[in-house]
Amino acid sequence: MTVRTPNGFNLDRSGKRIVIDPLTRIEGHLRVEANLDSDSVIRNAVSSGTMWRGIEVILRGRDPRDAWAFTERICGVCTGTHALTSVRAVENALGITIPENANSIRNIMQLCLLVHDHLVHFYHLHALDWVDVVSALKADPKSTSALVQSISPWPLSSPGYFKDLQIRLTKFFGSGQHGPFKNGYWGHPAYKLPPEANLMAVAHYLEALDFQKEIVKIQAVYGGKNPHPNWLVGGVPCPINMDGTGAVGALNMERLNLISSIIDRSIEFVEQVYLPDIAVIGSFYKDWLHGGGLSGQSVMSYGDIPENANDCSAKSLKLPRGVILGGNLNEILPIDHGDPEQIQEYVAHSWYKYPSEFSGLHPWDGITEPSFQLGAKVKGSRTNIQELDEGGKYSWIKAPRWRGHAVEVGPLARYIIGYAQGKAEFKEPADRLLKGLSLPLTALFSTLGRTAARALECQWAAHQMRYFQDKLVLHIKAGNSATANVSKWKPESWPKEAKGYGFTEAPRGALGHWIKIKDTKIDNYQCVVPTTWNGSPRDSKGNIGAFEASLIGTPMADPQRPLEILRTIHSFDPCLACSTHVISPAGQELASVNVR
Amino acid sequence: MTGKRLSGPENKKRILVLGIGNILWADEGFGVRVIEEFHRRYAIEDNVTMLDGGTQGLYLVSFLEQADCLIVFDAIDYGLPPGKLKLVRDDEVPKFSAARKISLHQTGFQEVLSAADLLGRCPRELALIGCQPLDLDHWGGPLTDPVRFQINPAIELACKLLAQWGSPAKLRIAPLPASEWLLANNIDRTNYEIGAQPI
Repeated sequence: MTVRTPNGFNLDRSGKRIVIDPLTRIEGHLRVEANLDSDSVIRNAVSSGTMWRGIEVILRGRDPRDAWAFTERICGVCTGTHALTSVRAVENALGITIPENANSIRNIMQLCLLVHDHLVHFYHLHALDWVDVVSALKADPKSTSALVQSISPWPLSSPGYFKDLQIRLTKFFGSGQHGPFKNGYWGHPAYKLPPEANLMAVAHYLEALDFQKEIVKIQAVYGGKNPHPNWLVGGVPCPINMDGTGAVGALNMERLNLISSIIDRSIEFVEQVYLPDIAVIGSFYKDWLHGGGLSGQSVMSYGDIPENANDCSAKSLKLPRGVILGGNLNEILPIDHGDPEQIQEYVAHSWYKYPSEFSGLHPWDGITEPSFQLGAKVKGSRTNIQELDEGGKYSWIKAPRWRGHAVEVGPLARYIIGYAQGKAEFKEPADRLLKGLSLPLTALFSTLGRTAARALECQWAAHQMRYFQDKLVLHIKAGNSATANVSKWKPESWPKEAKGYGFTEAPRGALGHWIKIKDTKIDNYQCVVPTTWNGSPRDSKGNIGAFEASLIGTPMADPQRPLEILRTIHSFDPCLACSTHVISPAGQELASVNVR
Repeated sequence: MTGKRLSGPENKKRILVLGIGNILWADEGFGVRVIEEFHRRYAIEDNVTMLDGGTQGLYLVSFLEQADCLIVFDAIDYGLPPGKLKLVRDDEVPKFSAARKISLHQTGFQEVLSAADLLGRCPRELALIGCQPLDLDHWGGPLTDPVRFQINPAIELACKLLAQWGSPAKLRIAPLPASEWLLANNIDRTNYEIGAQPI
């Protein structure tokens, strides 16, 4: 039986159900279930976060000035962006302004995270959904060299370079260890690249692994240390000291030059390696335009990277801000994080308890009270669920909605909004890429579009790093060395009660923190993270979220090996709570697949 | 950089002592809490670096490739009784990783090792000092007793290895000022646990 959701998707759960579940509770916290029709096309999708977290439980009663250090520990990939969002929330609550230099440095750190995360996400997670590593062993090194030289001036492109790599790879696989390539669906019919393109991509996988280490040095300089860079309510903790004396870790010309050279090399790597690879992959997969989901109708971006310190208006924010509903690219709706009617979280299908299952709560009034109940149609037991019942509660992720609408967030959302605003820096590169592939604008609304938007944004962010680095140096040369405003550092200067919000565009999408402060301590703290938007379960009206919507209609070549599902879910760069570091003996699979 | 730079004399092995885990998840924080305590109580030579790796994934590769010897403190799942300490050496340290992940955030430490290995720059000597956790589900909770009791034995084990490698750690004569602790801003173990509110 087909049911139509209020947001326009036809769901049918009568066909056979496949379940992809991280095997242990420790590694991986996302579970996907899908029903397939007799042609193995996905007709119903269920996304479930399988781990509970609630930062507010940990932060209540703490000093607001320390909140960033706690939120930085939520996750090992998004550390900096949580910290930035947190200091912005506290500054917003207490009316603290930051100096211009602090704004530039924060922007560079945030942009650095975008560049790093996009690059690492593509090469070290997502590329393997498009690239068949084993096929690379069959490539002709000479043709691979010719391919690379035809698309890029990148110097590592000789036949000998690819020949050597192939020998290394063959030895690596021959020795029985597959390293990062273990458990791949190699040989799957959904892989479309010729061996030469595969070999090229594997070479760049290794080069990116090496290069990513350079990019994070920017965080180490501006954040004083890495991992876990330092942040500061009121500015940034690194002092500027151009004569090179004074505090250890102070910014001087040598450090600024180091950063400048890393930025130049980042631009080069993205433009000569990442973007050409995306164009090649796009050319072989341009018939595979599944996975659009909500992107063609409802997308949202909070915006980020303020041109001017303390100005978070849509005009000042260089990453676009606004909401598009119903695919209407002619109207961009404004967002107000403080309006209780706009951003609300629902728990009708989430394992939490609210005073009313049917109403949403604004994050300032958010409640995180676990309530683990299963729907009547669940198969299995409370501790070993074989099949979820999406009619009941089925996820530890809440369902955030903007004015009741499910929206997609992330690089594709940002590009769609930037495109709709007619901003040349987003529109022109997107048009160029589409034209090169002879694809219409609507092709952007796909898994491939999401993957391409991330690459375009990586290039954009690398150039913006250059822009803010130059701006910072100009300011410093003009004698402006302030990096922090400590006029309201002391809690005695704060009001008895205050509330505020902070937002950023994390690599994977819109991130918001909401804080209430009472008697100088944190009274409530709620984070609504990008994967909460994208991975949300159904809400009380039955609207499905972005992950679920993106899977509907996708045909699967081999349901036992659900490469297409992983490809689309990966394209969102999902962020699940990180507690992934428990080491267990070798050989365990990270995900199991069951077809029922 | 946290701790000291890896710039020892030529004849000394460069040693990285790393604690990893998530301090927000009870016993998951074991590794970080050990390195924090180790650093607070012991002084080390210039060729040794102590690092709080948190839950960082590929970020850590650059630290690994600068080291000849590596000690890692972490919670481990070897099916042992909770609080059991285990030393795993060299080739026994799992180095696998998997292409079939749901999230980049599943980049476990094995993956970091495997990446360093693939680049041909994995430390020559590896020692994993692991502790079997009791509770990984208590969000915001402290280390459980059986795991907390293993902090000192884990440090002693690391001291033995450092001595074997010719760079013994020495007890600090004067207490380390709070401003130099590895974890600041009230996420050090004492303040973290004192500030925790009952759920």
